[in-house]
Amino acid sequence: MTDHESAPIVALTEAAKHFGPVRALDGVSLSVAPGDCIGLVGHNGAGKSTLVNLVNGGLAPSSGEIRFDTGGTALGAGVRSVFQELSLCPNLTVAENLRISHSALKGPGWRRPARAEIRQSLDTVFPDHGIDPDAEVDTLSIAERQMVEIAIGFAPRGTEARLVILDEPTSSLDAGIAEQLLAHVRRFCAGGGAVIFISHMLGEIFDVATRIVVLKDGKVVAERPADGFTRQGLVDAMGHVTAEEGETSETARSFGAEIVRSPEGLSAREGEVVGLSGLAGHGQAAALARLYLSRTSSWHARKAPEVVFVAGDRTRDGILPLWSILRNVSISILQQGARWGLVDRAAEEATAAEWKKRIGIRTDDVTNPILSLSGGNQQKVLFARALASSAPVIIMDDPMRGVDVGTKQDVYAMIRAEAARGRTFLWYSTETEEVCQCDRVFVFRNHEISAELTGADITEERILEASFEMQEAS
Amino acid sequence: MSLLARYRIILPAVSLAVLLAATFWMQPRAMSYFGLNLLFNLAVPIALATIAQMMIIMVNDIDLSVGAFVSLVACITATFLNDAPVLGLAMLLALIVTYAVMGAVIHALDLPAIVVTLGMSFVWGGIALFILPSPGGSSPGWLRTLMTVKPPLAPMAVVASVVIAVVTHFLVIRSGLGTVLRGVGGNARSVQRAGWPVIRLKALAYGLAGLFGVLAGMALVGLTTSADANIALRYTLLSIAGVILGGGEFTGGKVSPTGAVIGALTLTLASSFLSFLRLSPDWQIGAQGAILILVLTARLVFRQKRAEA
Repeated sequence: MTDHESAPIVALTEAAKHFGPVRALDGVSLSVAPGDCIGLVGHNGAGKSTLVNLVNGGLAPSSGEIRFDTGGTALGAGVRSVFQELSLCPNLTVAENLRISHSALKGPGWRRPARAEIRQSLDTVFPDHGIDPDAEVDTLSIAERQMVEIAIGFAPRGTEARLVILDEPTSSLDAGIAEQLLAHVRRFCAGGGAVIFISHMLGEIFDVATRIVVLKDGKVVAERPADGFTRQGLVDAMGHVTAEEGETSETARSFGAEIVRSPEGLSAREGEVVGLSGLAGHGQAAALARLYLSRTSSWHARKAPEVVFVAGDRTRDGILPLWSILRNVSISILQQGARWGLVDRAAEEATAAEWKKRIGIRTDDVTNPILSLSGGNQQKVLFARALASSAPVIIMDDPMRGVDVGTKQDVYAMIRAEAARGRTFLWYSTETEEVCQCDRVFVFRNHEISAELTGADITEERILEASFEMQEAS
Repeated sequence: MSLLARYRIILPAVSLAVLLAATFWMQPRAMSYFGLNLLFNLAVPIALATIAQMMIIMVNDIDLSVGAFVSLVACITATFLNDAPVLGLAMLLALIVTYAVMGAVIHALDLPAIVVTLGMSFVWGGIALFILPSPGGSSPGWLRTLMTVKPPLAPMAVVASVVIAVVTHFLVIRSGLGTVLRGVGGNARSVQRAGWPVIRLKALAYGLAGLFGVLAGMALVGLTTSADANIALRYTLLSIAGVILGGGEFTGGKVSPTGAVIGALTLTLASSFLSFLRLSPDWQIGAQGAILILVLTARLVFRQKRAEA
């Protein structure tokens, strides 16, 4: 028994994957045994997704070997993946989505066991989730969908989940739900399961991982028990030097006149970075959308727009997937450069080249398709699109979701610089550390502003205080 | 949440009921066994063709060859199936297999279904003309009997519609395989990751479309007793309209077989209703379009209300 317990569920030896000349993964050896919780970290493009796809059987290695203890396929060995981009069928119900990945559910009357199984799994991972197994997935919020996806990953599905790969599972969950998930991961591993946990939030990695694997440029550059790393050591190992904290002492920045005021009390002045915080789904995104729609017209696009919008849900609201990087950037400024209704090609190219340099979009050629970029770089394109316009107000709806630390630092710096030039930012974020960088923060609770914090008051404690109802009303 | 699922079917059902009430009000004599049969007779092949279209729309494609395909089936039914049943049956089976292969090819080569099916519609049309250069042929006796049978309580057209709706509901909505097929429309990648061979699923969806297309052609000949190479050309657009009218969506695997049948009935009824209005045939197509736009607008308004709620 002990012998069996310690045998790795999956063992990779010198596994490599090449896409043409690109070495996405360059000889990685890794073994995952029952009870392991492996924290996998690395920048976007370090090869995490490729590694995950090798382990779960989505890709075959170009060279090297992947062996499962059952000798069969990833599916047979009980390897499950929960992906970063949501991969449920939105037109089906929660229970029907379980059916997709549970081929043992057959014959008439398969619905009842499907419902019971998904409910059981949801109850185990997320107590008090409040999700109806008969709800169609597209009626659920993003956080709920992510919860369903995680629950399906952990559900027995006829066999047993033995290795669950979680790729950025908490990116759209709020703190309380994320904590439930981390607790479940610890329980699951204590019970002999294994987890590969990928996250940009290093706190979570330290929270759950027993072992941390650092990937860089397709290679494992460090692999140690979690307590062998310090936070700084981990960041250094990833090879990105965290940008020095900006001069936080510049408290005495002066702002211009107030240029945004919404009925619910949201306001912003010229040159100010205003944060929106609170628990996810408490009306922040809706408030920003209302504000944006009230300042723009659906009929008439102005040459100089008053506000621009940076979407957080890239694939849904942001990128134009069939277009090149160039055209994705220039779509917001076509009006400005147009003459006689014709696009000024030269100006378009100059703008794209300029922003590629300024914001650091990692590509050789801006005429490449947008989908050739990693998620973080796609998000940079969206920032470039917004910043390239002349709009004085920029609205950002949780734009840093699933973006790596390096990109974040680049973008923070860019936002600071643009704000210093007098532009106003309204920034909703689910990450408190981002909100703490703002000049002023509005905390939302139940679709209302529950607190307005400024200067030194902007601390994690104050934000949390305002996010939760502290005193019992009745 | 079941309320939402029901919502999708409420609007098509209400549209049909309103149209039916208006028809009865205009022409009270239609409110009889015989009248209903007359009103809905031609709805059976349209309903079957709509189901065929729905199978394709279910997997995020669209089929522009339904009309030509049904016409071809009608020509084969009125000639070969009548004269040499075994050969005729083999031809029809071959057509279904061709459809399945077409689905597999569309998936494997990542071709746009709209182009492939448009091209195939010329192939079907050509073969149909080859088989039956001028209108003619005759319906096999058993088929004629089947389509003109007089069940006790409700007319054949109504009974057949209900049977089609129930069977396809179980096939597409209730069964596990139907769920996976709808999953292909919703998120093919996720289905593939779960270990399903998407190419086979697509072939299956297209094969089912072929099967229902064949049934539509046969039903049509059973009613009209003869065929012609252009007999069902308008089915292409009617079937698409029927699916959408019945609460389906062009993308995302959101389809409702019951709704599709109701949509087909509504479209059939709309043309009878317009005749009762003594509207000149020149205007009828436009008026039919107006009804379609009206229903779709109502649906949009409903959905926006729901989104606000």
